[in-house]
Formats: sequence, structure tokens, C-alpha cells
Amino acid sequence: MSTFEETIARDQRVEPGDEMPEAYRKTMIRQIAQHAHSEIIGMQPEGEWITRAPSLRRKAILLAKVQDEAGHGLYLYSAAETLGADRGDLTRRLIEGRQKYSSIFNYPTLSFADVGVIGWLVDGAAICNQVPLCRSSFGPYARAMIRICKEESFHQRQGYELLMTMMGGTPAQRDMVQDAVNRWWWPSLMMFGPPDDASPNSAQSMAWKIKRHSNDELRQRFVDMSVPQAEALGVTLPDPELAWNAGREHYDFGTPDWDELKRVISGDGPCNAERIARRRQADDDGAWVREAAQAFAAKRVPAP
Amino acid sequence: MINHEWPLFEVFVRAKRGLNHVHVGSLRAADHEMALHHARDLYTRRNEGVSIWVVRSDQVASSSAEDKQAFFEPSGDKVYRHPTYYTIPGSVPHI
Repeated sequence: MSTFEETIARDQRVEPGDEMPEAYRKTMIRQIAQHAHSEIIGMQPEGEWITRAPSLRRKAILLAKVQDEAGHGLYLYSAAETLGADRGDLTRRLIEGRQKYSSIFNYPTLSFADVGVIGWLVDGAAICNQVPLCRSSFGPYARAMIRICKEESFHQRQGYELLMTMMGGTPAQRDMVQDAVNRWWWPSLMMFGPPDDASPNSAQSMAWKIKRHSNDELRQRFVDMSVPQAEALGVTLPDPELAWNAGREHYDFGTPDWDELKRVISGDGPCNAERIARRRQADDDGAWVREAAQAFAAKRVPAP
Repeated sequence: MINHEWPLFEVFVRAKRGLNHVHVGSLRAADHEMALHHARDLYTRRNEGVSIWVVRSDQVASSSAEDKQAFFEPSGDKVYRHPTYYTIPGSVPHI
């Protein structure tokens, strides 16, 4: 048994300098980069509402939330760099479409209620996915996830509170909430990835203890958590098959449109092109700042 | 081509007075001053720190994973360095 296999078998963490199979390193870099890109692209759908927030309080909250997403992206790029990846290179891969990000951020945010629903459902689904990753086998990734999970809890609660406020408002405001729930429910279920029998990389990730639970297991957990929250809020989840199954002690639910997930992942979602164009523009617009800061630093400390 | 990638810095945060600085992660910055500001924004958004150190990652020397065994072996057989190595009758107080 190799040192790596022993470490995994003993449920200890793999650390950056350790020997590890090349496939493990590649899988880790891909997963962490994809996760980091999701956080960074995830700033866009909600960021669009910062200037249009209905009050100073909501604006300050949203600003803090979007800043957190940036922070989460940076914790994760930091973890990827411990494996020899280069941050600038990862950003280029994202912009050139060679690395992916979560399909969820390719949907548009049509009303301010979307900000609340993203906090409640999208961040709720992210928490379900991420809590087990705090015990992921790669140390820097697991540690980044611990920080991220602590902060995600604020994200989910501010979203739910926003929705409660709107549900206590006018009929038009309640309609906005229901409309947003109708649009985000199914894409949120898709965040857990394809069903287990169609998820080719899952088995290896479970064996390496990168992943601790299957996609379907986490999706079920999310549905079970969300139903009573929807009831408390007074909204209807848009799934006629949703029903408590006393035998399983879980909610039964309908099948997400997996063809839609495939389309969105492969670049054909409502906002894919817009998200990448925006990221590319931010990178281009920031180039002179990066160059100027570097030139200034070089001037102050002459190279030895 | 000029490399416009900022250098990597390791960040250490003292959570509160009385505790050591602890490594929290890394970031990119043009110089030390910018690294400190970025570290504040990135790692202490919720009062997680009262003091920050940053050090260029390429300035950190590290024991290598390959030599781990040889490097740490010398302390392995020196059990007499631990208090539990010594047998003292239970009747002797405060020791």
C-alpha cells in the first residue's frame, strides 16, 4: 500500500507536498478550479441588483454577500495553487471555456425576489453540497470549505428573511416570490449533478474520499429540508409529484429535466455567453491596474 | 513577454491577543503593503483577526515530504523525553 492509499484508508488528509497519484492531483485541481470559478461567476447574477436594491439595508447586505462570493473564489484559487496550479492560468481557462462552473449561474435574475430565492434555494443547495466537503480528503480544500460554509449560512438566512418580508407585502410582491421559486426550483435540484447512474466520475471521487455522499443522496436531503421551509414561507414548490413517502421517510419528487442540464453545462443556457463575456471584460479592464501595481512595486523595491 | 502575474504571499492571522499567528491561506499581490490590505479584506471580513503577517511564498523554506521519515526519525526513539516514561508510585502527590 502506498503512503497515499494509507492516508486515505486511515481517513487522514492529503497535504500539498505529499506524493499523490497524478489522476488525484488533476481531479482535485479540476474540482477546486470549477468550484472557484462558480463563486466568481456567481457574483454576477446577484451583483446586477446591487444598484437597484430597494433599501440601503438590503444594498449593504447584498454588497457584503457578493463580496463573500469573491472571497470564496479566492480561498479556492489559493487551495488550487497548493497543487501547482496557477491562478492566472485558471482564469484564462475559464474565459476560454476550457474549464466549467456551476450550471446554476447561467440563469437570469429577473426580479429582486430572485436575490432572496438564490439565497434560500441556491445557497441552501450549495450548503448541502459543501458541508460534507469540509471532510474532503485534500486538506487545503477541506479547510477552505470550512470557512465557506460558515459564511454561506449568512447567505441563506438573508435570502429567506428577504422572502419572508416580501411574502408579508402586497399580492404583487407575493407573486414575485412565487414566480422566482417557480423558475429556480428545478435548476437548484440540478446543482447536485446528474443522477448517480449517469455520473461517471463519482465512484472514483468517493473512493478517494473527495466526495462523501452521492448526488442523489444530497439531492434528497435538500428536498427534505426545503419542503417545510417552503410551507413556512407560504410558497408552492413547482412539482406536482412532490409528496411525503411514509415508507421511505423522505419526500418523493419529480425528475429534473436532465437534457436541460446537459444543454446548460455544454454552454447553451440562457446566460452562458453573457457571463463569460462579462468575466473576460473584467479581466481585460483590470489588466492596466495589475501592470501599474507591479511596475510601482518594482520601482519601490529595486530587484536584487 | 512580461509576466504580469503578481507574486504569491502566504497569510498568517492572529485571531486574538494571546494566540499565535496561524496560517490561513495565500493570495496574490504586487507587494507586501498590498498583500496586507488584501489579506485584511479576504481573511478578516468578520473580525477574525487582530494582527496579520504576510510572507512571500517563494521565501518559505519547507521540510520535504520525501525526507519526512529521515527528518523526524531522530525523535522517534527518545521516549524518555515524555513524562509518561517514568513510573512514580501513585501515593506520591502532585507529580
